[in-house]
Amino acid sequence: MINRDNIVIRTDQLTKSFGDFTAVDHISFSVEKGEIFGFLGANGAGKTTAMRMLCGLSKPTSGEGFVAGYNIRTQARQIRKNIGYMSQKFSLYEDLKVWENIRLFGGIYGLKEDAIREKTEVLLDKLGMTQQRERLVKTLPLGWKQKLAFSVAIFHEPKIVFLDEPTGGVDPTARREFWEMIYDTADKGITVFVTTHYMDEAEYCDRVSIMVDGRIDALDTPRRLKQTFKAESMDSVFTALAETSTRQSE
Amino acid sequence: MRQFASFVRKEFCHILRDKRTLLILLVMPVIQIILFGFAISTDIRNIKIAILDSSQDNVTSYLIRQFEANKYFSVEKLVTSQREIDELFRQNKIDMVVVFENNFSRNIVHDGKASVQLIADGSNPNTATMAVNYASSIFMDYQLKIAQNMNGAASVSQFAAESTTSDIGGTTSVAAVTSSGTVTIIPTVKMLYNPQMKAAYNFVPGVMGLILMLICTMMTSIAIVREKEHGTMEVLLVSPVKPLSIIISKTIPYLVISFINLITIILLAVFVLGVPVSGSMSWLLAISTLFIFVSLSMGMLISTLVKTQAAAMLTSGLVMMMPGMLLSGLMFPVENMPWILQFVSIFVPARWYISAVKTIMIEGSGIAFAAKEVYILLAMAAVFITASLKRFKNRLE
Repeated sequence: MINRDNIVIRTDQLTKSFGDFTAVDHISFSVEKGEIFGFLGANGAGKTTAMRMLCGLSKPTSGEGFVAGYNIRTQARQIRKNIGYMSQKFSLYEDLKVWENIRLFGGIYGLKEDAIREKTEVLLDKLGMTQQRERLVKTLPLGWKQKLAFSVAIFHEPKIVFLDEPTGGVDPTARREFWEMIYDTADKGITVFVTTHYMDEAEYCDRVSIMVDGRIDALDTPRRLKQTFKAESMDSVFTALAETSTRQSE
Repeated sequence: MRQFASFVRKEFCHILRDKRTLLILLVMPVIQIILFGFAISTDIRNIKIAILDSSQDNVTSYLIRQFEANKYFSVEKLVTSQREIDELFRQNKIDMVVVFENNFSRNIVHDGKASVQLIADGSNPNTATMAVNYASSIFMDYQLKIAQNMNGAASVSQFAAESTTSDIGGTTSVAAVTSSGTVTIIPTVKMLYNPQMKAAYNFVPGVMGLILMLICTMMTSIAIVREKEHGTMEVLLVSPVKPLSIIISKTIPYLVISFINLITIILLAVFVLGVPVSGSMSWLLAISTLFIFVSLSMGMLISTLVKTQAAAMLTSGLVMMMPGMLLSGLMFPVENMPWILQFVSIFVPARWYISAVKTIMIEGSGIAFAAKEVYILLAMAAVFITASLKRFKNRLE
């Protein structure tokens, strides 16, 4: 099923321990180019730690990992050039204007002023936010902030974008619109690595992995996971797996 | 480099957009200098006095004119009875009364001594002491003048004025003793304070230290922690920007503001308070820059230790501001502290900075006299920068 040449994330027995506590326990998986990969797990299951290792923010205790073809141990800087990141806080500067935020992140990724200006117009037009370019981000509604944060995360056209619970606190309409943006992004060949705790969103992913106690206990398409666990919905699949947890949730 | 430039630009945006904070940062030194320089001056002006002159002769009227001409006194009323004095004190209308005894002039001519009583309001001991001191100096001036005249012309009678304070004021001010032919003056109270507003001299270096610390340490630590709180730091760390340049770009706007403040303070000191820069201006700026680096690195260190802006503010407040004000010599001289506090003050960067500025700016001494301070500040900068970089890197692992 997986085309080996197209793999953008690959981990092999990736492990992270803090003293006696093994937060991430020998996980191995691969993600293909253009895939929407759902990374699920209860709080404390280790998904944030795993994601931090993939982003080069944290060094693995053992095991290997490759993101965009670079080793997460030794080539964190190259990885950072090739990924985008958006956290649940939407991570924009509230006291900067819409266009200033875009310019800043363009500048961080080394884009030239002219290119930034051009792309900003295209982006604002696509988001329908041309009127809002001079507004301070803190005055924007949550749904718009979220869309803007996502657009900023993929502004530099990364190979992979990591989304850490990107739809927290947003209403269902905005969430649906957001997932449309995710589909568009994946169609352009950008891999989307997304954590979420909304199980209906898990259904939208191409493939889903479910972490329990630092291990990946299930990894497949939502349809096949439901077949395997003989469940009606992803919610039931998740509940069935989460019950096997022996770790205290945070 | 382009990344760095967009960062610095962003930091300036943050500061310029927060107009209120910017205004506070730029106006604060002006207000502090003026407050410390004038309001919290240790000099007392306009001491309100009343005079009870039972003698009404040419010597007392001369002395009263001296009081009226003195800038520290304002003669509110000439009274005629003890009852009136009590009334004025009770109504809080005066700070001191000068009572000349009967036959003041005649006593001087005949006995060589006369007495004057200074009654001061002891409920404000500071003012009382000052008032008595200033008054004594007027009498002393008079005695000196007579003594000089006496040496030149024997026709002037020998005399002395003896003044005592009442039990309310509680201090004996001047005793003058005469022996035949000469006048000996023994002042029993020294002038504790400098009447020429020289107090401002000591406050200027202190305010410089305080402001630079406030901006560099407190504002920098808050600015860095704010990014952590808002989650934007994470996004920056995931970007290809080097962590070090994130931190450095955050400090640059505060560096600029610090220099603006430094210049403001020096200009105010020179042109408003009349405190000259006696020593080398370039060394003064060099030492200030060094202190700014110490404070900035301290702010960076604090930002790696705390998680919230409130904690950053409290920590820099407790770690820097309080000792900076109390133990740096700004308020109380370090030499007069108990040994344990003197020991603690060794670790207060502001103490060394203030001391160095006093040496260079006020005393006008060469840099050699501030070498110890410079070395200590250099060592502190090295320690803080190393520690904060180490902490910052560890946090990433």
